[in-house]
Amino acid sequence: MNALGSVETSENRQTEINSHNIGEKKYGGNTRSLLRKRFRIGEFLVEKFITVVALISFVMIILIFVFVFREASPIFLSKEQDASMVIEEEQETYGEIDGTLRVTTSGKSSLETSGGEGKGTLKNLIGTTWQPISEQPKYGLLPLIVGSFKVTIVAVLFATPIALLAALFTAMFAPKWAKEVLKPSIEILAGFPSVVIGFFALIVMATVFQNFFGFEYRLNAFLGGIALSLAVIPIIFTVTEDSLSRVPKVLTEASFALGATKWQTAIFVVFPAATPGIFAAILLGIGRAFGETMIVMMATGNAAIFSVNFFEPVRTMSATIGAEMAEVIFGDTHYNILFLIGSILFIFTFTLNAIAEVFIRQRLMKRFQGL
Amino acid sequence: MEKDYPKIQTVGLSLFYGTKQALHNVSIKIPSHHVTALIGPSGCGKSTFLRSLNRMNDLIEDVRIEGKVEIDQIDIYNGSIDVVELRKKVGMIFQKSNPFPKSIYDNVAYGPRINGIKDKRILDDIVERSLRRAALWDEVKDDLKKSGLALSGGQQQRLCIARALAVDPEILLMDEPASALDPIATSKIEELIYELKENYTIVIVTHNMQQAARVSDFTAFFYLGELIEFDETKRLFTSPAKKQTEDYITGRFG
Repeated sequence: MNALGSVETSENRQTEINSHNIGEKKYGGNTRSLLRKRFRIGEFLVEKFITVVALISFVMIILIFVFVFREASPIFLSKEQDASMVIEEEQETYGEIDGTLRVTTSGKSSLETSGGEGKGTLKNLIGTTWQPISEQPKYGLLPLIVGSFKVTIVAVLFATPIALLAALFTAMFAPKWAKEVLKPSIEILAGFPSVVIGFFALIVMATVFQNFFGFEYRLNAFLGGIALSLAVIPIIFTVTEDSLSRVPKVLTEASFALGATKWQTAIFVVFPAATPGIFAAILLGIGRAFGETMIVMMATGNAAIFSVNFFEPVRTMSATIGAEMAEVIFGDTHYNILFLIGSILFIFTFTLNAIAEVFIRQRLMKRFQGL
Repeated sequence: MEKDYPKIQTVGLSLFYGTKQALHNVSIKIPSHHVTALIGPSGCGKSTFLRSLNRMNDLIEDVRIEGKVEIDQIDIYNGSIDVVELRKKVGMIFQKSNPFPKSIYDNVAYGPRINGIKDKRILDDIVERSLRRAALWDEVKDDLKKSGLALSGGQQQRLCIARALAVDPEILLMDEPASALDPIATSKIEELIYELKENYTIVIVTHNMQQAARVSDFTAFFYLGELIEFDETKRLFTSPAKKQTEDYITGRFG
């Protein structure tokens, strides 16, 4: 740091002297030399450093994208894969001869079945059974997708009203000292290790819930959703509270000056003015719930059951990756399909976050233009 | 002054922000159905004084008040006063126009609606009457659905006046209502103030001494949180009783 500093000053002095000379020679005046552009090396280096760091993080995100999609792509692209899937279908029909057929045909059959266009895979993917490790593996994603949605729905439905009311209280009604305690403590909850929440759900909440509601299955989608909402509440709370607090004070003052009560001001002025932010908060909450792995893995029972019953065990997409990725054969169909699940999660949360961003940045800002 | 009892009267009003005293022992009698201007250099307490007349200072923490503020001879800092009712009676226009991000119609109808008026015809009626009184009706009658924020600065300020009129106040407090406006919009607001004083008691804070001279009947000069002089505008500007007042209005400081 010191070295850099000294370089900077000497370099500056150098340029200063240079420019001074040139100025006097050419224009014969001091003003000109003062206006001459100077090269500030310290500033230049810092600027470039920051740019490079920013670029690296951007490139890393792109690379993760590319990697996940590339690993998932063989399911749709590679003909060899298509072929083996078609063969597997044949196996279902002529179950006995599978071993030899599989080994011999996987290579050469790429020519024969080139018109297949991955039909077998797609049909397999939209099945209702997830049995990736069996004699005839079944890669039906439906139970996993439904599982993810079930847990997310419970979590978001439970978390949203609580978080919104808490945010409204903190932003509008709480005395100053309470606000100073509440906001940071709920935000700390956002950084709570999810494995701890999962553990708490698995050991404590599951038993309490089962005793209270009389569940047939101790671990189920409902329990998982409630546990998950502990992670979702802080996110919805924080973003909502920020957008409520960001409603310009002149608006609340105008409302009070018209004889509105605090509650009326909150409902008719502050909440409507902050809707884009609140909407974004809920979207971010959904994204978090959808992608959360550890809590659902521990609290939902992890059985890939295709059903609409919220009180049966479920297996979510994220938990599937978490549980199976470590044991899968590298480059196998199962491996590719786990990456496909990852891609789906990625696209889903990415879209939600992008929409949320648009809501916060554009709509909320536009609304208060001129205030 | 003249006439019956004063509309607004303060007796020994002092106001503290925490330990800092912003108003010192202000006693004033503001007459009904006239325009009273509050002038003085920045930070002299005139806005603070204005905001104590409808208890907007309550919204700030650590504010303490001593003395009395009476409106229609009722002490508004008495514990049994309903602040919400008080603010309906004492409307306020702010320095920066602050329409809600709603339509023009909904802006004006906001006050009546929170008072529980739901009948569409009554609301329509109030909206039209208020906008007419604020001299804005002819300009906006065809697009009442348009956002209030889409109007020009001067129109926005008149919309805010219409919004305040819609709850039928008796007193209008104006905190430098024209300071952010161009001369044409300003003169429109001033004309409006002149018309409004027939039906309302108006107290206006202004930085602009010409404006005070043009629109007001009475003027109060504040300096460092004290009321230095209060008199008819004509007399205060032509033959001020106090040296400080004279120095200020002749531009020697401020």
